[in-house]
Amino acid sequence: MSIHPPAVTGRGRILLTGGRVLDPASGTDDHLDVAVAEGRIVAVGPDARAVLEGLDETAAGGGDAPATSAGHGGDAPASSARPGRDADIEVVDCTGRWIAPGFVDLHTHLREPGGEAAEDIATGSAAGAAGGYTALCAMANTNPVCDTAAIAELVWRRGREVALVDVFPVGSITRGLEGRELTEIGALNACAAKVDFFSDDGIPLADSLVMRRALQYATAFDVVICNHAEDPDLTAGAQMNEGAMSSVLGLAGWPHEAEEVMLARDLILAGGVGARLHVPHVTTAGAVALIAQAKRSGVRVTAEATPHHLLLTDDLVADYDAVMKVNPPVRTSDDVEAVRAGLADGTLDVVGTDHAPHAPEFKDQEWEHAPCGMLGLETAFAVVNTTMIATGRLDPLTAIARFTTGPAAVRDVGGHGRGIAEGEDANLVVLDPELSWTVDATALHSRARNSPYHGRELTGRPVHTLLRGRFTLRDGQVAAPADHGQRTEHA
Amino acid sequence: MTAIATEPAPMPHLLGIDDLDTAQVVRILDTAEQLLPIATRERNTVPTLRGKVVCNLFLEDSTRTRISFDLAAKRLSAEVLNFSAKGSSVSKGESFKDTALTLDAMGVDCVVVRSGSSGAPLQLARYLDVPILNAGDGWHQHPTQALLDVFTMRRHLGDLAGRHVVIVGDLLHSRVARSEVQALTLLGAKVSVVAPPTLLPPQVEGWGVELVADLDEVLPDVDVVYLLRVQRERMHRAFFPSSREYSRLWGMDARRLALLGEQAIVMHPGPMNRGVEISGEVADSDRAVITEQVTNGIAVRMACLYLLLAARGGSDAEEAR
Repeated sequence: MSIHPPAVTGRGRILLTGGRVLDPASGTDDHLDVAVAEGRIVAVGPDARAVLEGLDETAAGGGDAPATSAGHGGDAPASSARPGRDADIEVVDCTGRWIAPGFVDLHTHLREPGGEAAEDIATGSAAGAAGGYTALCAMANTNPVCDTAAIAELVWRRGREVALVDVFPVGSITRGLEGRELTEIGALNACAAKVDFFSDDGIPLADSLVMRRALQYATAFDVVICNHAEDPDLTAGAQMNEGAMSSVLGLAGWPHEAEEVMLARDLILAGGVGARLHVPHVTTAGAVALIAQAKRSGVRVTAEATPHHLLLTDDLVADYDAVMKVNPPVRTSDDVEAVRAGLADGTLDVVGTDHAPHAPEFKDQEWEHAPCGMLGLETAFAVVNTTMIATGRLDPLTAIARFTTGPAAVRDVGGHGRGIAEGEDANLVVLDPELSWTVDATALHSRARNSPYHGRELTGRPVHTLLRGRFTLRDGQVAAPADHGQRTEHA
Repeated sequence: MTAIATEPAPMPHLLGIDDLDTAQVVRILDTAEQLLPIATRERNTVPTLRGKVVCNLFLEDSTRTRISFDLAAKRLSAEVLNFSAKGSSVSKGESFKDTALTLDAMGVDCVVVRSGSSGAPLQLARYLDVPILNAGDGWHQHPTQALLDVFTMRRHLGDLAGRHVVIVGDLLHSRVARSEVQALTLLGAKVSVVAPPTLLPPQVEGWGVELVADLDEVLPDVDVVYLLRVQRERMHRAFFPSSREYSRLWGMDARRLALLGEQAIVMHPGPMNRGVEISGEVADSDRAVITEQVTNGIAVRMACLYLLLAARGGSDAEEAR
């Protein structure tokens, strides 16, 4: 069996026509046709059709129409994706829709290996495709932990086999997430998965000396260290945001200071050794201000906003439904406002989902015994569109940048998060920014059901996703995994 | 049972004082007043809840509260099922929801639930169709304790409107304090709080209480001193330095007792830490009504069970004026 399966590539010729192209790499925001052939973008602009027609037909395969997955959401695929198939060119009418680079998530918990009751790489990849993603960075807190090249390659390879998104593993900073000994950052960086992003996410790296050494060591490879910013001493037993709500609900609070104290330390340490620091899930007004200040003083820091911290507030905890339990916690409307402002002004560079599936039997516990985390991949664009774009807080092009070029500037994700230009991999998403839909947690592609948006109406949804010219989402239907969920040989 | 006021809205559950309005609280207190002779065994057990099954689901140890509910149910002739389980459901591999559905399958008529987890009774109320009575959840609510407390205050002081109650001690970790403040506020009493700053809940000002820095200053003005239990292990997490310092600054002792007005009373939800929040002299003085609270607790819990079970459905219409 091949250790390094080749990337699955679409062979057909596809013309995306009539859509609004939002390409942050070039700053393009215009109505342009996009021609795709053999997995790549071959032309953008008025001559796109002519270029496709001019290609040697024998070079193009017989189209590429993967079966759609059964069991998720209703009718058979509509035919709008292929109304004008002439001369083996699939013409996709994108009128009223946006064409953007496929999304990149720096912060996904795919749970495989070890947590397959909640999610695996196939179901998580399907959720990613449904959310418009073509690249997911799988967090390291699996079982076993992704602290060796062997695990990183396993995750990377499994992503290639499923072929609904490209999976880029995150390596843990410390062995077993124990906060003591460094993982072999060099070996992880050199392996097939080319790990250049390290995080003990879920567990803060509390020991300041280990954190400093991790940052120092990382400079040898110029890889990124991502620390969950939380002082664990200040959050002992914490259950929700500390404030008026925690006070009334009788739950131990997670003070905003816990995030800010740890973040301030990390910014000082990263600045001191010249290392690259990525701050995941920023949630407080104070944290946004600290990051802005560090950026002004030249610290090599990037930062992330999650969709849920752009929308949800701690009053939603009032009925103790553990679906709302997340770390860091949903906070106050003032904090939400600060995160929105930070995402708008670029203090926060990326939208990262912190997609964290949990099996229902764990969420159906008393609040204090339930695990932290919520689903996010399939609702991320809708939440950002609803909270930021539709409200005029963020123009569409910049918003798309936070999903694409923003994360691609943090770590190397190959042909993802790049321009919509001739020669680039055809990793694309077609979005309907006007579509209003009511989230049904049971209809999502994740194996878990812990969506905090269940029953909520959101606006905006991916319609098609293309991974190297192959439809992973077509007319809202996710394609079957390339290996039909089974590990197979790729010749 | 006659002449019980039925105008207030029926209660589907008793999860917290914050679910109640003033009329509902008054009805519970008035009902308890009528049931008190049965609670104190001056009158015989009544058959009001005959045939009903009350499940005491105690997921946290509390012998005192469980016995009180046990007695309350038995004085009303209900059958009592004790379901005790230490630790969380998850430690046994089942979900809390599974535990709830198990009770449902057993066909109980009411669940009295005690849990170390804030919010567990609310979750149970979502899973089950029978009335849920919160017997204390985490740091969140302990509604029957607050009701028996205001019942006791009312017997000593009459109408509580305009009365002044000071609550002293560990409000942060206290389910009693949260319910107590809400019940007193509904009845129009003024509430002050005195505590080490480390043991005040965040943004406690939002509760409509007055923060008082010095216990001595407020004592001459109050009608009730309500002392909260202080757990000695708190000092190991740096909430306060020592029980000696605590008792000197926030404890009720003989000197402070002398600062009280003539009809002021001293209360404590129990169990007491003699020598920490309350000195032996105070606990044993005639100002302390702590054992009365215990007796009244049976009557108040009878009233709650009665209103949740017997006063539901058809009987409401019958008793409507």
